[in-house]
Amino acid sequence: MANERPDTKRIDEATGTGFVGHEWDGIEELDTPMPRWWLWTFYLTIAWALVYVVLYPAWPLIAKGTEGTLGWTSRGQLAAEMGDAEKARAELNRQIATVSLADLQADPELMSKAVAGGAAAFKVNCIQCHGTGAAGSQGLGYPNLADDDWLWGGDLAAIEITLKHGIRDAGDGETRISAMPPFAGVFDQSQLSALADHVLSFSGKAKSSPVGAQIYADNCVACHGEKGQGDRVQGAPRLSDAIWLYGGTREEIIRQVLDPHMGMMPAWGKRLDPVTIRMLAAYVHSLGGGEDFATVEAKGEQTPAVDGDEQP
Amino acid sequence: MQAEAAMGRAGLWFGVMLLALAAAVMAHDTGFAFHAGLVAFVAFCLMWMSASRFDPAGKAEGFFRMPEGPSKYDDAPVRWGVIATLFWGTAGFLAGLYIALQLAFPVLNFEPYLNFGRLRPLHTSAVIFAFGGNALIATSFYIVQRTCRTQLAFPGLARFVFWGYQMFIVLAASGYLLGVTQSKEYAEPEWYVDLWLTAVWLAYLAVFVGTIVKRKEPHIYVANWFFLAFIVTVAMLHVVNNLAIPVSFLGSRSYSVFAGVQDALTQWWYGHNAVGFFLTAGFLAMMYYFVPKQAERPVYSYRLSIIHFWSLIFLYIWAGPHHLHYTALPDWAQTLGMVFSIMLWMPSWGGMINGLMTLNGAWDKIRTDPIIRMMVMALAFYGMSTFEGPMMSIKAVNSLSHYTDWTIGHVHSGALGWNGMITFACIYYLVPRLWKRTRMYSLRMINWHFWLATLGIVFYAASMWVAGITQGLMWREYGADGYLVNSFADTVAALHPMYVLRAFGGGLYLAGFVVMLWNVAQTLAGRLRSEAPMTETPYDPDADRPLPADAVPAE
Repeated sequence: MANERPDTKRIDEATGTGFVGHEWDGIEELDTPMPRWWLWTFYLTIAWALVYVVLYPAWPLIAKGTEGTLGWTSRGQLAAEMGDAEKARAELNRQIATVSLADLQADPELMSKAVAGGAAAFKVNCIQCHGTGAAGSQGLGYPNLADDDWLWGGDLAAIEITLKHGIRDAGDGETRISAMPPFAGVFDQSQLSALADHVLSFSGKAKSSPVGAQIYADNCVACHGEKGQGDRVQGAPRLSDAIWLYGGTREEIIRQVLDPHMGMMPAWGKRLDPVTIRMLAAYVHSLGGGEDFATVEAKGEQTPAVDGDEQP
Repeated sequence: MQAEAAMGRAGLWFGVMLLALAAAVMAHDTGFAFHAGLVAFVAFCLMWMSASRFDPAGKAEGFFRMPEGPSKYDDAPVRWGVIATLFWGTAGFLAGLYIALQLAFPVLNFEPYLNFGRLRPLHTSAVIFAFGGNALIATSFYIVQRTCRTQLAFPGLARFVFWGYQMFIVLAASGYLLGVTQSKEYAEPEWYVDLWLTAVWLAYLAVFVGTIVKRKEPHIYVANWFFLAFIVTVAMLHVVNNLAIPVSFLGSRSYSVFAGVQDALTQWWYGHNAVGFFLTAGFLAMMYYFVPKQAERPVYSYRLSIIHFWSLIFLYIWAGPHHLHYTALPDWAQTLGMVFSIMLWMPSWGGMINGLMTLNGAWDKIRTDPIIRMMVMALAFYGMSTFEGPMMSIKAVNSLSHYTDWTIGHVHSGALGWNGMITFACIYYLVPRLWKRTRMYSLRMINWHFWLATLGIVFYAASMWVAGITQGLMWREYGADGYLVNSFADTVAALHPMYVLRAFGGGLYLAGFVVMLWNVAQTLAGRLRSEAPMTETPYDPDADRPLPADAVPAE
């Protein structure tokens, strides 16, 4: 090498460093030693790496990699952390699983814990349709869960059944089912308009006419009721308030009569554990429109007995 | 004889056109049919050019005022490379700004061709491979001739490399919009486009190595080591990661030969080293030539360049698994990815030190020369990103930063700060020399570009750091009861202001680039802006008052 560097003795004036002696298109190189801090930091990272690969799994062997002297694995860490979380919640989960729904509602402390857990599960599983604030969509057919208008009942037990078995979920034998028949081709335009006006008259938004009232009485009363109050047993929506699933304009009502949209909610009993479902029911119940068992019974609706005995 | 050769060429292109037309007719999907049609169209144009001896490239050279006549070096492909860099830069930066706005305002998604999913690879490929790739091809052809004191080997092949590469870009970009993708990040083009790029890249390797072989210098300059590492490694990465079996030879779909976590690891071995060898080694090569030239100073340390080159090359290739922390990848591979990334820190910084310290003895140029200022800022961002990268590869940090916008901020501080700035500086250096002008049209506009770009990067990186850490903390936030506090949609809503700021930063960066386009266009037109020089510090004798003899020293 040395004989290739005739210029080594030549010194760069600005830095006082010697040149290496090469030159390319006017570019020369100085013979500055590597900065010591750079070199030592480099050595340090190498030393750190050598220690780390002994402590942690690092080297691939034939059947599997080395395990490291600390015995750490990412799966082990996950299992430990999940185990800790489970343990911390074990007592609460046991209480929620075994308490009756009436007792749960009567116990504010337990209820608030169930609501907290339900809020977290809601964020993962429910907001996709019902929205982060649970307000649903008044045009797309996702019910608002924060109001006191319930399609299938708003006490804890009814909410829990809806959660567990879903609505119109073909895969669940006990799912809640209702269907509005399509009326396309049955009425002409003026009849439809009269019917829509009659429906809107329940909430004072239009004037009813004898034609509209007659069509309603012939076709709609059985499910939606005389005054449009709906029927929770059949899951028929109330038509006399300002809350709509698929929009409340005349055109939207006519469209829904002709070709009814009907939403579907999955049966969460197949996907979530019973405690999470119960906490979700508590959360939805807590949003503002939750009903007491008494009011429901007064109306003579189904109040399925839901107790801890359903838990696995 | 000449006419016969021309007719022979026309016949060849006619054959290509017929084959492409047949492929378009029999294609199994519209994407493939479109691409075959595109090839047929290009073949038709080439046939017509051969037959009528029409030379649009010559006409375009006139339009771009390229100097005529023989010169010491073969610079025509370099000039075209500079034009292509600017063109694709415009496309890539516009696409980037647009997708940034899409993230802030989703209403800007137009299905199906202009949704985020299709425009995002268009942006990344346009800036990395079209803008960055053309800059690399142009500068490597420029540098290798000068540092080897010879002309390009295989001049015809060099032109094929340039135009073939543009064809690759057009096929890739149009494919993204049509939904033709193999869903591998930074390697989205399908099998037939990959094959074409392989041919172009091997031609590139042949031209580059051929030129080095016929050099009239005893030694190979450090910039050429980096270029060679870049070309060879990218060839290897591209071929291995894109190994796939086409569903049909007349369709655009294919399946990777790797599956599951092996496929993921191959992909990130590729993806990480695309950063390492395309965006780091290649651009360091540019730095190693243009910084000493612009500073008119010798390279700081020959020894440092040897050690940091070999350690960088050796260590980089192993660091890919850090993209797959806490996944199905075995723990041992994750560990190795992490420790190699940590060891990579100093080798990366070696390039920064060698670049910055080359200014030893010429530090005043940061004040007087806006091009040097750009180079220094580029090296500073290079240093920041190559510190941030190893830090983010540490598992504890990665568990917070992974999948968040922090990664996006990290990538862009490197891409906008390092790759963008150093490319701009090199183009400012190249344009007056390639077009034989005394200087750029305006030095003050370079200064404007510098500040607009710097401010843009600051907005971009800062907003994405805040967004990423916000995101990471919100995802892992547990309440007192041990339940998650935030939904994913909550985190998206929280990031909206940061997304708007990011788009603003991108807008500033693009504005700086527009200033550059104007400056280059005026330089090509042969104009010189009359402006107050930037370098003068006028001497004011009245203000120059030496300490009076009876001054009382401060207590």
